[in-house]
Amino acid sequence: MDFQTAVFFFLSAILIFAAMRVITARNPVHAALHLILAFFTCGGIWALLQAEFLAIAIILVYVGAVMVLFLFVVMMLDINLDRMRQGFWNYLPLGAVLGVLMVMEMGLVLGSKYFQVPAADAMVPAGVSNTKEIGALMFSEYVYPFELASIILLVGMIAAIVLTYRGPKKSKNTNPNQQVFVQAKDRIRVLQMPVEKD
Amino acid sequence: MFDNFVVPDLLPAAPELFLAGMALAILMIDLTVKDSRRTLTFVLAQLALIGCAIIQVYTSSQEVTYTFSHMFVDDVMADLLKIFVYMTMIVVLFYSRGYVLDRAAMNKGEYYVLALFATLGMMVMISANNFVTIYIGLELLSLSLYAMVAMNRDSLASTEAAMKYFVLGALASGMLLYGMSMIYGATGTLEITQIAERLYGGDVNKTVLVFGLVFLVSGLAFKLGVVPFHMWIPDVYHGAPTAVTLLIGSAPKLAAFAIVMRLLVGGLITMAQDWQAMLIILSVLSMAIGNLAAIAQTNLKRMLAYSAISHMGFMLLGITTGVVSGDARYALNAYSSAMFYVIAYVLMTAGAFGMILLMARAGFEADNLDDFKGLNKRSPWFAGVMLMIMFSMAGVPFFIGFFAKFSVLQAVVASGQIWLAIVAVIFSLIGAFYYLRVVKLMYFDAPTDESPLTAPLDMRLLISANGVAIAVLGIFPQFIMSLCAYALLRSL
Repeated sequence: MDFQTAVFFFLSAILIFAAMRVITARNPVHAALHLILAFFTCGGIWALLQAEFLAIAIILVYVGAVMVLFLFVVMMLDINLDRMRQGFWNYLPLGAVLGVLMVMEMGLVLGSKYFQVPAADAMVPAGVSNTKEIGALMFSEYVYPFELASIILLVGMIAAIVLTYRGPKKSKNTNPNQQVFVQAKDRIRVLQMPVEKD
Repeated sequence: MFDNFVVPDLLPAAPELFLAGMALAILMIDLTVKDSRRTLTFVLAQLALIGCAIIQVYTSSQEVTYTFSHMFVDDVMADLLKIFVYMTMIVVLFYSRGYVLDRAAMNKGEYYVLALFATLGMMVMISANNFVTIYIGLELLSLSLYAMVAMNRDSLASTEAAMKYFVLGALASGMLLYGMSMIYGATGTLEITQIAERLYGGDVNKTVLVFGLVFLVSGLAFKLGVVPFHMWIPDVYHGAPTAVTLLIGSAPKLAAFAIVMRLLVGGLITMAQDWQAMLIILSVLSMAIGNLAAIAQTNLKRMLAYSAISHMGFMLLGITTGVVSGDARYALNAYSSAMFYVIAYVLMTAGAFGMILLMARAGFEADNLDDFKGLNKRSPWFAGVMLMIMFSMAGVPFFIGFFAKFSVLQAVVASGQIWLAIVAVIFSLIGAFYYLRVVKLMYFDAPTDESPLTAPLDMRLLISANGVAIAVLGIFPQFIMSLCAYALLRSL
């Protein structure tokens, strides 16, 4: 085993461990932190494949922007994981059977010799910058899906605004129309209480 | 690197570019609209769709043209399906107008803009010739729809439906992507026409290919909503605001049909043996569970959801009979029957949800079966329209639904799978029960709600036209049938 393979297995082991912790951690903040670790190791594996642009992009975009925001949200929401885990044991047997079947099937296919790519194919010749390559492809061959992806982001933005924006609150004036039509039952609530003797 | 760059030919994609530009323009114009009825936004959205249809007709050609480095294909099938999408969307926006106006949370310019972006997503799907484009189009459509389902944000049912739709939709996209990546691994290309060529040339690992195909078919089945990937359909149809249910239930089916055709028939036709077997299982299960579960429903939207599942199962029958033991003689007939079925189904389902929207008013959804009780006494004409829609869905002769079922069954029998045809007929008969129950409620029960219908005139005219189209096209189905056959002949 040469040095690169050793590094690959080392990073993969960390990646799998981190991914497992994301779904098993009891504390949502820990889960989010492990997701960050998983992204870092992904970046490492990409760097190993000499895809340095993707490696940097995943760390800048996911770790730097997405996950930081995500951590804030998780910390603010104070999610009760125990309530979300209710019914876990009921679904476990069926889920486990399906999961084991999937893993076996995938192992069978992915383990076949067809998936063993010779190492030389994956190597990038010297003097080729894959940042340049990606940039050129994005604006030439893949310009159509690239521009559509920007529209998807725009739709995401519109959706977020539509679903959260509740109109400007400029002043605290009252609406006389509603005041005129107010009825006693809107203001007074009659409670039925047992008589208290003192 | 940039030396051999050529500016792509934009003409075949002119309708897409026009619609994208119009949607962005409407988004900005809507900011200045003071009118609380958003009439200008509505009119502009309709004009955008009509403009697309005009451009589509003028730029259509008999040839298959590729552009954007083979990411985009424009053939007669794409032209025809897109024109039906525009027509459906125009009708959908008209039908939903009154409903949206009555509900403050939905009465926003974004409703129309998101509908236009959803249309753009469908157009991209229909014209896709690359896995990347198919996926991007699908996401554009889905994301717009998720937001539209959740727009009525103070309703618990709507937000729950949106959440379910979003999570299951993401899962389905994941499956589809995984399948695509496996097929990419096996063939070394993302371009659908090249995949077909490489498979034809042999020398492709079959194990990996079938492995990818299973995920691909599962992902497609999720999007089509066929059993066993149908769980989201009833909840989403029921929970979404009726105007959005109408949108989800109609035009996207045309786009889903297009990607099934592009992926399975266009790309993986040499694998037909494998995917036909999978589709037969999905189709029989959908017809069984869809029709049986629909009987138990008391909510009309839920009933129509299960009916959608069974109809999609029936449509898949047409796609499963294209290649019979390596012989593609009947392919054209089979695929054009499936295409005709989808178009007929969209026409009927638009009418059915349109009727619910017609009866609804502020604070009243009219989506229970009981709300249709005694409709004949309140409005004999609209009871008649609903009768035509229900008869057509049940497959009663001389409505368009009958010919749709008939042509698919013809294709199934021609392929020699008699048992499949018998199963389909039996489940259609079971299905007729719940459609006829609606008719019984309208004509033989006393109304619980005596108030007259308040829908505006344009809506009344349009839904009447929809009902009449179901009847007239049922008497003269040849026109659309020959259009479908011609489109596929030119495109395959």
